[in-house]
Amino acid sequence: MFVVLEAAAISLIVSNNSQQGSVFFNSANQLSGNILNTQSNVFDYFSLVSVNKALLEKNTVLLQELERYRQPADSIIIPLDTLMASNYQFKGAKIINNSINLSQNFLTINKGAKDGIKEGMGVFNEEGVVGRVKGVTKNFASVISLLHTELLVSSKIESSEVFGSTKWDGRDSKKAKLLYVPRHVDLQVGDKVVTSGYNAVFPEGIPIGEIIEVAQGAETNYLDITIELATDFSRVSYVYLVENLFEDELQSLDPSN
Amino acid sequence: MNSNRIFLLIGGFLIYLIIQVVLLKNMVVFGFAFCFLYVLYILLLPLEMKTVPVMLIAFGLGLGVDVFYDTLGLHTASLVALAFLRNFWLKILTPTGGYDENLQPSILNMGFGWFTYYSLPLIILHHTLFFYIENIGTNLFFPVVQKIIASIIFVYVMSIIVQLMFYRRRRGL
Repeated sequence: MFVVLEAAAISLIVSNNSQQGSVFFNSANQLSGNILNTQSNVFDYFSLVSVNKALLEKNTVLLQELERYRQPADSIIIPLDTLMASNYQFKGAKIINNSINLSQNFLTINKGAKDGIKEGMGVFNEEGVVGRVKGVTKNFASVISLLHTELLVSSKIESSEVFGSTKWDGRDSKKAKLLYVPRHVDLQVGDKVVTSGYNAVFPEGIPIGEIIEVAQGAETNYLDITIELATDFSRVSYVYLVENLFEDELQSLDPSN
Repeated sequence: MNSNRIFLLIGGFLIYLIIQVVLLKNMVVFGFAFCFLYVLYILLLPLEMKTVPVMLIAFGLGLGVDVFYDTLGLHTASLVALAFLRNFWLKILTPTGGYDENLQPSILNMGFGWFTYYSLPLIILHHTLFFYIENIGTNLFFPVVQKIIASIIFVYVMSIIVQLMFYRRRRGL
């Protein structure tokens, strides 16, 4: 009996390890989703002030950006082909469940298949990258947090355009590692790290963090870079989801498929 | 076992599950001391309960907690292991003259020293298993040991407080 139950539990652990897939036994299912939603409705009031402040700051930045794109009255718009067309579609959602202290953390959001959320969509907020959708149910979706020791996010250093992968090492919820940056690259502490746009999940240039420490890697050809994450995961409450409209087309070009 | 006892068991199960996932889930002191108070429910099941029902209850409770923690199978595996060893451990700790019938192995009925001998090794087992499986694949040693030790102390202290506050002698909840 003991063996049977333990085997069942371990098979559940193994099946849950995939990056995408079914999320029935998970906080995104109907019952637990509703309970968490109710809970978050109650506890949300305590974070209203900081959420409002963050939104106000984001709005200010967007207003400044918008000013640059405003068309003078006498200009005409020339439609371009897919080269310049908008590749990305955005959606908003609220976090109803979050964890930061385990080594494989997940978030749950209050939008699901009904609202057009799909597996593999990128998730970010006004500060920076948050994670990636693991699976969806009708009303909720489960998101792999950037604070998950197996999630890699394709990134680059903004100033020098050097590519790497951001991965959390499981220690501190404010810091992560930037992997696969060769030793010869010249880096400065304080350089910004952003998404690279090579991974077809995130648009280019969403903040990930800032380099705070550069060391020679112990035995590899790569530098050991520590970054401070732009997103404060202990406070994330509202997020944006991004879908790459050309993801299928990009995937079909990949020779490894 | 009369219907009143069964009602108490089911009620306790739901109360522990809901308190765990709604309140204690977000209560992680300093970022490394977790409060897995639900193990107390399995520890305090009646003494004469057989291993198989205890394991089935543990499986259900573990799965319920896992669903909310998004750690599918982790809590389940470690809680079933705890449930499996619980009755062995109880047998070893039998006081001279045996246990009274229908007794709850709580701090009020059995005393502080006995409860420590009984609960602490089982809590240590549960937490070690949980954090070990959780961190397979990462090469973190000290952060994990820190989490294990801090959580064990936290849960042990909380379980004593909860028993003193909410339990009565000889009866559940």
